[in-house]
Amino acid sequence: MTQLLYSIFVDPFVQMGTAPDLLAQTLWEGLVSGVLYALIALGFVLIFKASGVFNFAQGIMVVFSALTLVGLNEHGVPAYLALALTVVVMLVLAFAVERVILRPLVNQPDIILFMATFGLTYFLIGLGELIFGGDPKVMISDQLRLPGGSYRIPMLGGYVQMQKIDIAATVIASLMVAALAVMFNRTRIGRALRAVADSHKAALSVGISLEQIWVIVWFAAGVVAIATGIMWGARSNVSFALEIIALKALPVLILGGFTSIPGAIIGGIIIGVGEKIGEFYWGPLLGSGIESWLAYVIALVFLLFRPQGLFGERIIERL
Amino acid sequence: MLYREVGQYKTSYGADQALFPILQDRIGIAVILLLAFVGVPLTASNFTIDSILIPVLVLSLAATGLNLLTGYTGLLSLGTGGFMGVGAFACYKLTTFFPNVNIIVLILCSGFFAAAIGTVFGLPSLRIKGFYLAVATLAAQFFLSWCFIRVAWLYNYNVSASIEVPTKTLFGLAVTGPTASPVTRYLIVLSIVALLTLMAANLVRGRIGRTWMAVRDMDLAAELIGIKLYQTKLLAFAVSSFYCGVAGAMMVFLWLGNAESESFNINQSFLILFMVIIGGLGSLLGSFLGAALIWGLPIVLRAAPAFFGLGIQSATAEQASFVILGALIIFFLIVEPHGLARLWQIGKQKLRVWPFPY
Repeated sequence: MTQLLYSIFVDPFVQMGTAPDLLAQTLWEGLVSGVLYALIALGFVLIFKASGVFNFAQGIMVVFSALTLVGLNEHGVPAYLALALTVVVMLVLAFAVERVILRPLVNQPDIILFMATFGLTYFLIGLGELIFGGDPKVMISDQLRLPGGSYRIPMLGGYVQMQKIDIAATVIASLMVAALAVMFNRTRIGRALRAVADSHKAALSVGISLEQIWVIVWFAAGVVAIATGIMWGARSNVSFALEIIALKALPVLILGGFTSIPGAIIGGIIIGVGEKIGEFYWGPLLGSGIESWLAYVIALVFLLFRPQGLFGERIIERL
Repeated sequence: MLYREVGQYKTSYGADQALFPILQDRIGIAVILLLAFVGVPLTASNFTIDSILIPVLVLSLAATGLNLLTGYTGLLSLGTGGFMGVGAFACYKLTTFFPNVNIIVLILCSGFFAAAIGTVFGLPSLRIKGFYLAVATLAAQFFLSWCFIRVAWLYNYNVSASIEVPTKTLFGLAVTGPTASPVTRYLIVLSIVALLTLMAANLVRGRIGRTWMAVRDMDLAAELIGIKLYQTKLLAFAVSSFYCGVAGAMMVFLWLGNAESESFNINQSFLILFMVIIGGLGSLLGSFLGAALIWGLPIVLRAAPAFFGLGIQSATAEQASFVILGALIIFFLIVEPHGLARLWQIGKQKLRVWPFPY
């Protein structure tokens, strides 16, 4: 018994103390995967904020955009042109989603729209495999001039290995969040988006076009999906296995709150770091693989104290 | 005028509260039950029974369970697969501990284990609502899936990490295991499903069901009229998980014959949720219609190219069926967001007033 308590409460911290470079390495890896979770969560938040739709298809949009990019390149399109074409594809997708799914289903209960995005998920999985084949593909990092290789930084009496691509991902993610924050807070479109998020009816009454706004947010989510797809694809292969990471974004989402962009980022980092630390130091106790549910449990614990997430809008219920 | 209930007077409270107050409904149900219990075993082929009827019945039961939670109480759950798994593994452990007990008793008992686990994971439901709760139930799903793989005790330290169903007999007839005939298994599944559906139908129209619906419609208001929210929500989780657990146990023992953790993963949860939504939230009939549609659709889609004589590769057909399935889900939601059960109601109404439009 004491042995067990020791290995739960003392031993992991002793390990952390004796090998600070390993701790730093784990923290860095957690940070990077957290940033990538946050990118997916960001796509969710954008759409949820503006249309109240819980977009389950965000994960598959990531895979679909990455597949389109790589697939186009395989057919001889130069990398940057392929990237531009992928952006166009996401724009077309945004228009199609608005026209075919959102417009007929306007004013339906949330769960119906949620289910509709499920339908979209199946549709995109099938379509992606039909066009580009189901085999895993390699992301065209070289053609896109993404940095490869890694730095070894001496730190705390040891070395910390940092992949250049991870650093690039972190930088790009930060830039994207900053750009989105500016867009939301400083531009006309951003104001319209926030108005729609507050109330569809009120926004309509002051002359904001809901259809236009929906296309914009779905397109923005599509662009975020492309960036996420490139980053994830560069770390592993581009295949539908990436779909699983979309499920990882959900605890990030509830942790940060469905409606908060900074929440998505901070939630992502908490989940990413918590997951890696948990797996590395406490994982061996339980048998490996606790990564699959640890994130949810972390999120659940936070939720019990703040039911609307860390940064979500306060839920006020009235009769 | 094809369907008329004029002249059927109710003269007692008993008649007023009957499950099927209208004569036509009683006849209809009797015919369906007769067909299911007598007609199908006599006529259907083993293939039909094994790959269509048993799965649809089992999945209907799971969908009924989820419908009690999501459709009647308004608590969105994505942990159905996990709860089904609890039922299946509980049943397997029970058969190893009590090898001489009647298998049907064990299947029903395993539901109680699922109910207990479901109640535990229902605990956050008082504070967390809506999609937040849905994601919280995902914690249950992933944690349980992980347990099914990692806790070797659950599958008796089997090397293949899967459950092998032992052969059990009832009145000298093999009921489970490889030697059991499809018809026997079908009849047992049908009996259990019919019994539990009857229970559910009575549950939702009684006091408990009404408190559930009150909570679904507005939980604050429900609390103000004296419904104890916590107990009501936890009861919904328990009953729902009981149904899912029994469905899971039947899935392994009477349908698949063996199972591993893969059978109870997140996709299973989503599938059941589809059935509930496409069938109709808050309708028991909807659970059955949804299960039949979602299970039947891929079979039809896979068979369709061969039927029309198109020589499409099976991989392509599989992918195309995904595209069509996704498009059909969206189509169904747009045409009738309240599900197939509502379509059925509309159809019934049309038949009643036929040939007049209203």
